[in-house]
This record gives sequence, C-alpha cells and structure tokens, in this order.
Amino acid sequence: MNILQSFFQQIYSFSHKTLVLTELEMRKLRHDPTELFTRAVQPALWLLIFGQVFTRVRAIPTGNLPYLDFMTPGILAQSVLFIAIFYGISIIWEKDLGVVHKFLVSPTPRAALVLGKALSAGVRGLAQGLIVVIIALLLRVHLNFNLLSLLGVAVAVILGSALFSTFSLIIACIVKTRERFMGLGQVLTMPLFFASNAIYPISIMPSWLQVVSHLNPLTYEVDILRQLMLAGGTGSYQIGFDLVVLTAATIILVLIGAVMYPKVI
Amino acid sequence: MKIIETRDLTKRFGQLLAVNHLSLTIDEGEIFGLLGPNGAGKTTTIKMLTTLLSPTSGQAIVAGLDIRHQAARVRKVIGYVPQLISADSTLTGYENLMIFAKLYDVPRRERENRVSQALHYMGLEEAADKLVRHYSGGMIRRLEIAQSMLHHPRVLFLDEPTIGLDPAARRTVWEHIINLRQQFGTTIFLTTHLMDEADELCSRVAIMHLGEIAALGSPQELKEAVGHGEEVTLDDVFIHYTGNELDNGGNFRDVSRTRRVARRLG
Repeated sequence: MNILQSFFQQIYSFSHKTLVLTELEMRKLRHDPTELFTRAVQPALWLLIFGQVFTRVRAIPTGNLPYLDFMTPGILAQSVLFIAIFYGISIIWEKDLGVVHKFLVSPTPRAALVLGKALSAGVRGLAQGLIVVIIALLLRVHLNFNLLSLLGVAVAVILGSALFSTFSLIIACIVKTRERFMGLGQVLTMPLFFASNAIYPISIMPSWLQVVSHLNPLTYEVDILRQLMLAGGTGSYQIGFDLVVLTAATIILVLIGAVMYPKVI
Repeated sequence: MKIIETRDLTKRFGQLLAVNHLSLTIDEGEIFGLLGPNGAGKTTTIKMLTTLLSPTSGQAIVAGLDIRHQAARVRKVIGYVPQLISADSTLTGYENLMIFAKLYDVPRRERENRVSQALHYMGLEEAADKLVRHYSGGMIRRLEIAQSMLHHPRVLFLDEPTIGLDPAARRTVWEHIINLRQQFGTTIFLTTHLMDEADELCSRVAIMHLGEIAALGSPQELKEAVGHGEEVTLDDVFIHYTGNELDNGGNFRDVSRTRRVARRLG
C-alpha cells in the first residue's frame, strides 16, 4: 500500500514539476508574444507562393486532393519542425546565462525538466497550427471541422513539437555552443523536411529516399495530420500507428534528453 | 556540528586537475569563504558540492547526505546562487520566485506567504511586478538569493555573490547574507576573490591555489601567520599563498564570462 502511495505521489510530483516548467515558458510568451507573429510569415509564404504555383503545375500526383490541400498538413508539420528544431538554442542560451544550473540544483527530476520544455514547444506549435488553419481557410482549402479530428490534430501537433524539440535539446547538449548549433540546425532541418511526404508523396521518390523517409518521424507527423485535417484526406498508415510511432519516439528522446541535459553545463 | 565534510574530493577534466584531493570540514552556521585566483578550482568545488558535477574521486557529505549517492536528497536541503546570472530577465521578480517555490515543493498554502516574505526581506516589494530586465545589478542578486532561500535550505552556496556590483550594492548584499545566517541559522559557503568581502563576512576562509588548499583559518589567524607581528591585509595573505605570477589569471573563457556578468549587472 505504502509503495503504491509513494508511487502515485512521485507521478503527481513529476507531472506537477513538468507543468511548472511549461507554465514558466507560457509566462515568458505572455510577456512577449511577438515571436508567435513573426513565425507566421514562413508558412504563409509556402502556402501562398509555393502552394499556389504548384497547384497550377499539376506535376505532383496527389490523388483526389488539389495540391494546395495536399500540402497544407505538410506545411503545418514543417512549421512545427522549424520551431522545434531551434529549441535547443534556447537551452544553450539558458546555459550561458546560468538558468540551467539553477534548475539542475533544484529537486526537479531531469526528465521533468526536459518534458516541460517539450510541452511548451507543443503550445508554441499549437499557436502555429492556428495560424496555418486561418491561412488555409482564406485559401479555401477543404478542412475537416469534426471536433474529434481537431482534437487529434492538436495532439499530433503537440507530439510532433515535443519530439523535435527534444531532439534539438539533445543536439544542443552535445554541441554546447550557439555557433555550432546554428550550423547544425540548418543542416538537419532541410533533409528532415525534404525526405518526408510533406510536399510530395513518398511514391514518387527514388527508392533509397523512400527508405529514408520511412525512418523520418516527420513522415508520420504529416501522415496523421493529412488524415485528420482535410476533408477527404487519406494517408499511408493507420492513425493509431502514426500515434504510436510519434509517442514512442518522443518518450525515447525524452529519456535520452534526461541523461544529456545535465551535461550541457 | 559538521554540515559539510569532504574527503580527498578530486575533479579532473582530461589532463587538467581542477580540484586535487580536497579535504575540508565546515560547521553548521559558519560563513565559510573559498578564496583563490581565477581557475583555482573554486567553482568546480562548488559545482561538485551542489551535485552539478560528479567528482572523479573522493567523497563529500552535505547535511549528512552523500553528494554522489543521495544527490536528489541533497538538492532539497541546499540553495545555490550561480556566478552567472540565473534570474529569468523576461519574467517579473514575483514570477521568478513563484516558479521556484513550486519547484522546491513549498506547500501550496504557504507559497504566497513565502514569496511575499522573500520580497519583503530582500527589499524588492515595489519591484515585484516589474520584469527583471529592468532591475539593477544589486536587485538581481538579491532576487537570486531570495529564490535560493524559499525552501529554507540548511546550506546556501554563493558563487562570487557580488561580482560586478558597485560598492553600495555590494554592501547591501553583504548585509543580507549576514542577516540570513542570523535569522535562519543557514550555513553559508561562498567563493570570492575579493579580500575585503572575505574579511567582512567570513568566519573562516580557505585559500585555494591550483586545485589545492594553500591556507585555512579565520581571516585574523591567516593575517597573523603571514605578518609575523606586522600589520598585513588579507590581500597580502592572498598573494603570499597564491604567488603573483602573471600566468595564473584564468583562461580566456573565465575572463570573458566574468566580464559578461559584470556588464549585465553593472
């Protein structure tokens, strides 16, 4: 009985600390929300320019979907990736300031520190999702407004943000300086983006790239979003399978992150 | 009663022996100063005692707990103010305190009370709802000390607490440190390379040089030992034990970090 009690107490304490760290990030965002707006520019450009042009070209086989519809979930996944992948830079920044030292000396489980960051990336991702949806509506993309699907989209966005931000945190803990991280961030994002089904289907890729894209978590993020966001959207996998892949990858990365985080100092 | 005890505590970074077989005992309620030039191993020592770095070899007990095997429990009973600026400048003073009250498991009923006490105690009530970005250097340091005291730790570690502060702000921080000890009986372990700071605050000091303790005692004792009857300052004692060669002034990283902190606080 006592063991059970202390087990639940630990779970409670862990979740509480995780949420405190997310609260911290949300408070920062409330004091200065400008980044939410500046980050809206990139997906807007992709949808407005790239999307509109390629819709005319009709070069990419997208089944029954207009190309713009096809790429909208891909662009949402892309902006989730782009926000999350530079999350590590804030860890390095906090290390240079001494904030990390203070967190690490507090009685907070390392995994809670990492997961708290991951969830706050999720909230930023949600804000981005809202912006992409608004732009998509203006461009008359056929979205699915089923409540359950919307909830699913939110979950997928949070998971994707958590996954890539934790990946970024691990990289930051390895490279340790801003300069090296910036270079690496660029090197990582583009392959992740282009070796996925975000703006073209996997079926048109050369076979070696198909293999890579099946190993790329972004593919599963796009796949689930494409099925949930669009009216008449189809995917390559079951939604449940996408969720399992994303969740498992996130958990593994958070555990690795918990080991790496104290090494950042 | 002993509150900190280290035995042959050693930290090696590759070829560099940062802390070499350090053995120290500190009594409860002391204000203990670890002195030494840049790169002497002061910060490494404090990082080991606060569980941020694990020692290469040797042992340390803090408040009866082993820093290696009981690190999670050590963290509950100590407070730490890093040399770098650790308050979050994009939040208000109140928010900085509240977040840490939560992370340190201060019970929900007591949180508001503890935070407003801390603000009052450190003279930050009026600035509580201002962003820390607009605080002066002295105010930031006071806020950071308040943050690290919310859970009433038994030992408070201060790494260069007044680096970069002007003399008036420095004096206010000193007064607060002395008050903390009187009011809560907190043991205070600080590092500094300001001799007047050590002279003013510390009941005992250790002078560290190249990873080892070169001298240990009360400031008075050290002065007598070096002066042989003549009037000397702690500065003379420091130079006596650490030498005044030009090449022991820390590396580029230390210096640039120190200057960065000084710029942000000043």
